[in-house]
Amino acid sequence: MRLDLLPRARRSRRLDLLAPALAFLAAVLIGGIAVAALGVPPGQAFLTYFVAPLSEVWSLQEVALKAAPLALIATGLAFCYRANLWNIGAEGQYVAGGLAGGWVAVAAHGSQGPTAWILPAMLLAGTCAGIAYAMIPALLRVRLGVSEILTSLMLVYVAQLLLDYMVRGPLRDPQGYNFPQSVSFDDAARLPLLMAGESLHAGVLIGLVGIGLAALVLTRTLFGFEVRTVGASPRAARFAGFSDARLTLAVFAISGGAAGLAGICEVAGRIGQLQPEISPGYGFTAIIVAFLGRLSPPGILLAALVIALTTIGGEGAQIDLKLPLDLTRAFQGLLLGLVLGADVLTRYHVRIVPGGAGAKGIP
Amino acid sequence: MAPASLAPGPPGGPTPLFGAYGIVKRFGAFTANDGVDLEIRAGEIHALLGENGAGKSTLMKILYGLLEPTEGVVTHRGDVVRLANPEAARALGIGMVFQHFSLCDNLTVAENIALVMPAALTGRALAERIARLGEDYGLHLDPARPVWSLSAGERQRIEIVRCLLQDPKLVILDEPTSVLTPGEAEVLFAVLERLRDEGRALLYISHRLDEVRRLCTRATILRGGRVVGACDPQAESARSLAAMMVGTQVGEVRPKTARGTRAERLVLDRLSLPAPGLHGTPLRDIALRVAGGEILGIAGIAGNGQAELFDALSGESRAPAPGAVRLDGRAAGHLGINARRRLGAAFVPEERNGHAAVPPMSLSENALLSRHATAPLTRLGLLRLGAARALARRVIDAFDVRGAGPDPAAGTLSGGNLQKFVVGREILAEPGILVINQPTWGVDAAAAAHIRQAVLDLAGRGSAVVVISQDLDELFEIADSIAVLHAGALSRPVPTGATGRAALGLLMGGAGEPDPRGGEPAVAPAIGTVAPVR
Repeated sequence: MRLDLLPRARRSRRLDLLAPALAFLAAVLIGGIAVAALGVPPGQAFLTYFVAPLSEVWSLQEVALKAAPLALIATGLAFCYRANLWNIGAEGQYVAGGLAGGWVAVAAHGSQGPTAWILPAMLLAGTCAGIAYAMIPALLRVRLGVSEILTSLMLVYVAQLLLDYMVRGPLRDPQGYNFPQSVSFDDAARLPLLMAGESLHAGVLIGLVGIGLAALVLTRTLFGFEVRTVGASPRAARFAGFSDARLTLAVFAISGGAAGLAGICEVAGRIGQLQPEISPGYGFTAIIVAFLGRLSPPGILLAALVIALTTIGGEGAQIDLKLPLDLTRAFQGLLLGLVLGADVLTRYHVRIVPGGAGAKGIP
Repeated sequence: MAPASLAPGPPGGPTPLFGAYGIVKRFGAFTANDGVDLEIRAGEIHALLGENGAGKSTLMKILYGLLEPTEGVVTHRGDVVRLANPEAARALGIGMVFQHFSLCDNLTVAENIALVMPAALTGRALAERIARLGEDYGLHLDPARPVWSLSAGERQRIEIVRCLLQDPKLVILDEPTSVLTPGEAEVLFAVLERLRDEGRALLYISHRLDEVRRLCTRATILRGGRVVGACDPQAESARSLAAMMVGTQVGEVRPKTARGTRAERLVLDRLSLPAPGLHGTPLRDIALRVAGGEILGIAGIAGNGQAELFDALSGESRAPAPGAVRLDGRAAGHLGINARRRLGAAFVPEERNGHAAVPPMSLSENALLSRHATAPLTRLGLLRLGAARALARRVIDAFDVRGAGPDPAAGTLSGGNLQKFVVGREILAEPGILVINQPTWGVDAAAAAHIRQAVLDLAGRGSAVVVISQDLDELFEIADSIAVLHAGALSRPVPTGATGRAALGLLMGGAGEPDPRGGEPAVAPAIGTVAPVR
């Protein structure tokens, strides 16, 4: 037996929108079976995973705080992936941004005089550091033809170790009892809270503005058109006179800058100091978010919310139902696989050829 | 595959070898075949004619088991058969020679043939059978040669041999002469006539009506997925056949009105470029001059440097010396494609999908593709989508581009309509210099006439035009002079009136100069001497 994928004559818009919803439903069903096998009633697990995080103010804020960096990084990555460039080092660019911006905060710690410049300088330094860090794989690719996949990934570990060294060495809090962490940032170096006494901070707004801007750039500017053209058809992009090298540098700058900005927002928002770990793997999870959101900013926003929701729900399930955290990760992976699979089915239909002998003979 | 109930009786005459009755094939809402009947008898060459999008390919694929019909039956000697896949079709004795060869360039002739043969038949036994077929039919092939070193004609011979090794009762040929020189086509025709005389049936699909009239005794004509007529092509003129295909009388192109300025607008001066890839063709010392109002035709067989020459003219590959390319007197060899567009040049590449246009994008976005640098379609980096839509609309109106919806995706248009859009997009820019590669490749007769007329009119308004085409009829119809590209070198242009098909055919085969690829003797005077037998 052989399965043939035959392109559909035309793509149905309704199917396009329906496919991810059906994929999500299938993932929930399969997840339910796994949960039942672990001895927990699936209905109860569903409530804990998907409903409980939406029922309380604090957990809603948690979802937003987790979704914001994911969405911002994934939006940047979408530019790369649309152009068929594979930056998988957003985690490193995020760390570079957090480190550089945090450094500004540490340097300005306890300074007398005006303080209004500190936060903008931190955000700027974080963004620029993310861009600069992303330029390494981009330039290596443009100049020497080095695979950006390997270099961007390996630079993640370099950035993490650099951060680790800095918080244990030059940036360590002298009064911190030798703990590997910097001083706590001054208030002027923290992102303002949106509601007094709550945890939601301005980083969420920055994320939203970033996504809106990205949507505008992708659909309404010549540069966005360039990115889309290169992704859809490199030969046609050359016919349009778009330069490969310039575009490579530009999309790496965008994704690096977005990741760096997300990094400093997290450091200046929730964490408030530099420490060895400033990311629960946002830079990697954002890759999943980018593809779940089909590389479009609105889709990415939705995908980031779903992933954040399941992560928060997963923490709850760990506490209330004693379900392992790995189950959450497996669910997220399953969801990605199903969404990508559903995407294929919107573009092709499957024909089962009984007795077919695989790819043999002329088409 | 068990015979089922008897098929609808043939309307007179003996039971056909193969029949297709009431074939309906739907893709979603689109009906590609709508109640098509076709009967093919042993010992005939049956032509299947129709515009692009008329449903020829769909019908062909159904007969070869690549598609299953939504409704209708296929019969073999009167028995209903089910063709679920190509294996089933081959088992019934149906063979196919595809328009686009499915060969592995890096394998030898014998290896490519072995790929589709039963595993038992390999090595010496296979080589012997290839040799015997070669003797019998004049299809000489050296089994040990790698495919990349072969000409298009030789590659097609592999496809035909692959097909004949299975002793087919019906051979389907899809546009078989589109890549051949006139000489090579003659060799093919002799083989086809031989196969017919052996009592095999041939289904012959071609745009070239002269060939159909020469070879075929029956023709079925499709339009819009339905059979609109059947005739004996030898009793018709090429003109009347074309009229049946498009449903209206096809107008001849009007000659240009003015002869132009005679000032040289496009000059190539000893342009040489290395081959762009492993199997690319280097350009060797190409020189040409095209004056305003003039159309220079560049003939040649596919793969002799047409794509490389086009890229060098468009700026997609740049020349080492700025002066090697001059546009309206300005050195442009070092300039990219948009800089050349700003100098008043425009370009239409051969491949519509993925080069001249991006299939998933709308027509207005495809208008941006080549016009964003020269038309007011952006402001401060922002797209003026309304202006792009208006431009696309003007092209659609001026060139009668038909498609679904007001701004359809390029990929949903038929080949002819997309080509009209692509050509119209460039011609509406009123370029002083137009370079166009295979302007009517795979385009129906009406669209081709429209495109040729538009090119002629542009030259009549004083533009210099270079038309690269494999279709000699087309070049004779519109070009003022014709040069031949062979193995990356360009012959001296000859006025169209002072040359003929035979002379050009010789040049296309590389006669008069040693073939730099060290391949076969270039001319194909008779069967059996085309390729050296080693």
